[in-house]
Amino acid sequence: MQQEKRLVCVRVNGVVCKAQVETRRLLSDLLRHDLQLTGTHVGCEHGVCGACTVIFNGAPVRSCLMLAVQAHGGELLTVEGLASPDGTLHPLQQAFHDYHGLQCGFCTPGFLMAIYAFLQDNPQPDVSDEAIRVAIAGNLCRCTGYQGIVEAVRHVITQGVAR
Amino acid sequence: MTTRAFGVPVARKEDRRFLTGTGCYVDDIHLPDMLHAAILRSPHAHARIRAIDVRPAYELDGVITVFTYRDLGVAAQPLPLLIPHPALTHPRTQYALARDMVRYAGEAVAMVIAEDRYIAEDALDRINVEYEPLPVVSDLQTAATAAAPLVHDDVPNNIAAHLVQQVGDVDAAFASATYTFQRHIMIERSSSQPLETRGVVARFDAFEQMLTVWDSTQAPLSIRNGLALLFGLPPDKVRVVAPDVGGGFGVKIMLFYPEEVLVPLVALRLRRPVKWIEDRLEHMTASNHERGQIHDIAVALDADGHILGLRDVFLHDAGAYSPYGIIVPLITATQLPGPYKLPAYYSDATVVYTNRTPVTPYRGAGRPQGVFAMERILDYAADELGIDRAEIRRRNFIQPDEFPYDVGLTFQDGLPTRYDSGNYPAGLERALEMIGYERFREQQGQARREGHYLGIGIGCYVEGTGIGPYEGAHIAIDNLGEVHVATGLSTQGQGHQTSFAQVVAEELGVDVAKVHITTGDTQRFHWGTGTYASRAMVIAGNAICLAARAVKEKAIKIASYALEAAPEDLELVDGRVRVKGAPSRGISLASLSIIANPIRYAYGAAAPDLPAVLPPRDGPPLPSGEEPGLEATRYFSPAHATFASGVHAAIIEVDIHTGIVKIQRYIVVHDCGRVVNPMIVEGQICGGVAQGIGGSFYERMVYDDNGQLLNASYMDFLIPYATEVPHLEIDHIETPSPINPLGVKGAGEAGCIPVPALMAAALEDALAPFGVRVDRMPLTPEEIRMLVAQP
Repeated sequence: MQQEKRLVCVRVNGVVCKAQVETRRLLSDLLRHDLQLTGTHVGCEHGVCGACTVIFNGAPVRSCLMLAVQAHGGELLTVEGLASPDGTLHPLQQAFHDYHGLQCGFCTPGFLMAIYAFLQDNPQPDVSDEAIRVAIAGNLCRCTGYQGIVEAVRHVITQGVAR
Repeated sequence: MTTRAFGVPVARKEDRRFLTGTGCYVDDIHLPDMLHAAILRSPHAHARIRAIDVRPAYELDGVITVFTYRDLGVAAQPLPLLIPHPALTHPRTQYALARDMVRYAGEAVAMVIAEDRYIAEDALDRINVEYEPLPVVSDLQTAATAAAPLVHDDVPNNIAAHLVQQVGDVDAAFASATYTFQRHIMIERSSSQPLETRGVVARFDAFEQMLTVWDSTQAPLSIRNGLALLFGLPPDKVRVVAPDVGGGFGVKIMLFYPEEVLVPLVALRLRRPVKWIEDRLEHMTASNHERGQIHDIAVALDADGHILGLRDVFLHDAGAYSPYGIIVPLITATQLPGPYKLPAYYSDATVVYTNRTPVTPYRGAGRPQGVFAMERILDYAADELGIDRAEIRRRNFIQPDEFPYDVGLTFQDGLPTRYDSGNYPAGLERALEMIGYERFREQQGQARREGHYLGIGIGCYVEGTGIGPYEGAHIAIDNLGEVHVATGLSTQGQGHQTSFAQVVAEELGVDVAKVHITTGDTQRFHWGTGTYASRAMVIAGNAICLAARAVKEKAIKIASYALEAAPEDLELVDGRVRVKGAPSRGISLASLSIIANPIRYAYGAAAPDLPAVLPPRDGPPLPSGEEPGLEATRYFSPAHATFASGVHAAIIEVDIHTGIVKIQRYIVVHDCGRVVNPMIVEGQICGGVAQGIGGSFYERMVYDDNGQLLNASYMDFLIPYATEVPHLEIDHIETPSPINPLGVKGAGEAGCIPVPALMAAALEDALAPFGVRVDRMPLTPEEIRMLVAQP
């Protein structure tokens, strides 16, 4: 059976990208395999682990649960777009580095994007351990036990450095 | 003054690429003209394959080829048995694609190669396999009984191995004991579940006659050696690279998983690059599991609670095949004694085939089960004798002045279980102090009066780490003074690019930033084994240390010639070899690297630093017996394993109405010898404890009687999120290992080992008013409620 193809036009990290894709193609596959933005990772392909989280029109989405065609005309921010063009890390990235918030790095892009969205929506969140843990409880990490991630998030909140 | 690099929480060198999305995991590799593989897997746990019709698959546009067993050529043989053992009387391994039988749901049956993965998966639906379902044996307890169906026709009673080890006279110990106690103990199946699934990309370059394989493996050298042998290629024409790997925890070490043979085979056959990336559903059934043991443990004690003897008889679920030998039950048997003196010990392990996914090591590798059994029986004995649970441990600890201590068993490496160093009493006292053990009873009583059920648990373990046989390292200093280090094992998130660099920086007195580590590329270093058994820092770290010392020696020798000074008058400080007492007379490592290659021109930024005219040499430019280059290769092979240890303590609160457990405090006191990077070690511990909490309350592979995995998704197989994991309070005790130059022991697996044991202890303590006994893990809230209702 011939799969229907459509043109998808999206702005990713500020750059307009176009691709002819099958209508069944996942957004994560568009990003990773058509646009070569391999920073977005796929851990479970059923929307539980959060590794594939990207920002779509300002909201965090699981790119493994969205079709590429659904993103047509929209705006995406992926992990590749977090740091400044001069290479300066986003304060959240810097905090992950400073507080050992990552080990193998596979879940890291999803955490960064989910927390980025959380901080955008909640400019002055609660900094208690429990509140931070609830905030990041949509993403799985198998390496760190979350301790460094929690510390990194608390640092970013208390320093008020999130953009 | 050189800044110290060893023992300091240096921030990780590898972080930047992971934080910016520029790492390179297997699925990030895109090659021109690349094809994609998908695997058809058995839906049956046990069946005979009558026929396979692949023709309909070819009707799809974009399908290139379909492989079944008949297409395997040189690979049409059982996959290798990794670690034979005399007790493993009936080893069985599977074929890369099933020949005529499937023995677990998820076993590979056919492979489609197509232009893209979507098409390849479409084609899987078009392959018709005619199965004749056979009786299934799924449950461990019944698998070893006479009435059970056979997983392998020629393996009586499904028994793969029977392993007995003993020390002293256990019968006499029990005969003379004042008290004896026994428990029936069970730990269920679980698995590593790294967030990156497995993956393989292979390319055969006809111009170079070179097979290159990118594999998310923990042991690229083993894979390379195996592939070279299988395909009859010279080893240096097979390059295996473990690029960035998204977690391993044991599941990514095999020789081989089927796909590690199939993907290179197709790349060789078709002369086109091929990629296969496992999806999560596949990972749940086609990547190996662990845990899964049932113990009957009995202890004999004197009147004061000193252990006289211990008898442990257990069943180990091997799954359908035994590719990794009997390493897991062997480790269980040998690590169960832990930090305690056992005058007599009898261990009897029966390794049983079931129609389930094969079992190979998952972080902890048999230890959590053994520690669970040991700690449970000790807690039980203490309670029955009215001795405090901490006190019974004090009375039975091996004492600090008793090292080296021979347990009397043969460890997984075939060498003695000889504990090299440790201070178990100090670890326990520190943990009790940190958690406020003395004050807790009052706190608990107060809480109970208010209807809250608090419990405290402690768990102690000893972990054999850093087993041989050996690893090696090559270090070369280039003409810019940058230090390049390569070792054979691979990295799955442990931060080796930083911690190994710290070892080198310390030895050479250079900045960590100038040290560049390569792991997991067989073309950069082609001797060694892999990353497992908490061995990377112990074995590769010490090889790197020795190589750095050799490079330093060479640098001083060359400087001695260049500076016309005796070697003993020279020192290496801040990347310069200088004359002691006359620090201005010196020469940089970069310049020494240039001199070490005695050609008649010089290049590199450091060239101006060279003395205008080097002193004339007597004899040839490259003295006899010398090698060019400021570089060295060294190996390290340990006398035996190093034995790390730890004590965990936790306070939990149990909601008796919902069965939900909240961990209020969690203490870790950890001894892995000298600590290279405390930040990295603590990160390893935190991750391990989180997995242990998973193993205590969440993670279990639920099989039905037909051998079907019922919870093969993250909706149903629960991994702890941040909300299920507490903040850890960690302290270190350092008893340096006397058997390696760095004094280090392994740290990778430690965190997860005692967790189910102390969570069970804390549960019993919290629910003591109900007389609850906890003899199995994991436990769901529902099961905890049932324990309260019917202890």
